[in-house]
Amino acid sequence: MKSAVIVFPGSNCDRDLAVALELVTGRKPSMVWHKESELPDGIELVGVPGGFSYGDYLRSGAMAARSPVMRAVGDAAARGVPVIGICNGFQVLTEAGLLPGALMRNARLSFVCRNVPLRVENSQSLFTAAYRAGEEITFPVAHHDGNYQADEATLDRLEGEGRVAFRYLDQVNGSARNIAGILNDAGNVLGLMPHPERVVEPAHGTTDGRRLFEGLLESVAA
Amino acid sequence: MKARVFVTLKNGVLDPQGKAIHHALEGLGFSGVNDVRAGKLIELDLADGTSEAEIEDMCRKLLANTVIENFRIERPETTA
Repeated sequence: MKSAVIVFPGSNCDRDLAVALELVTGRKPSMVWHKESELPDGIELVGVPGGFSYGDYLRSGAMAARSPVMRAVGDAAARGVPVIGICNGFQVLTEAGLLPGALMRNARLSFVCRNVPLRVENSQSLFTAAYRAGEEITFPVAHHDGNYQADEATLDRLEGEGRVAFRYLDQVNGSARNIAGILNDAGNVLGLMPHPERVVEPAHGTTDGRRLFEGLLESVAA
Repeated sequence: MKARVFVTLKNGVLDPQGKAIHHALEGLGFSGVNDVRAGKLIELDLADGTSEAEIEDMCRKLLANTVIENFRIERPETTA
């Protein structure tokens, strides 16, 4: 699978995501600088990594969402190419309008950095095919602005359409309905605050994140 | 030409920073504060003749996230 990882000034999980993708797909992803206006030909997956793009100026992800490469990412998403945004990447995707809602300052204002239990709410998506519905898994979180908010109608629609991919088992950051990750309406764009790329090898303590990428690889190959 | 853009959280959107400021004020002994909402002020230095519509466009496209925020544009009275 040919994948690309977008790199913004201030990204800091780009390498972790690249290592995870190479581990699972057997191919090094292309690292694409934010000033590029096109993605490499034949890209089958785009990863928008975590970090603090543009120092979180204005709002987390706001500046990155307006960078040239995001137009190409939007075009790829519209063609059905899978796009995954992790942590700051999730913030970027909401700011870019590729996912609904917004990620606000954590309700208790503190940076949250720990492993959190999650429930896989939808195991039918491109990204969650390797999990069982309702399965409980553990991913680490590390964020200051992970408090997912949207209006009630949007939240109801996300729930009703099976677009809540992952949910926190406990209150982590104040997110509406404990939402940890959501899908777009076509199902090919996933944004989530927890970091699957940080739990892909036994030395990481759990390999729960590895299955996200394995499932994705299988879905794309199918 | 200068314009000021005030970006505030929409009503009903929880404002954790405003809450924290409120608690801190109470901690300092200010008891008469009913509520605190925190926002942003962005000052723009613009080419003369920049239209209101253009500034609104800037707000919608970047300065405010209209999912959670409102914006208000303030321009000093232009001298004739």
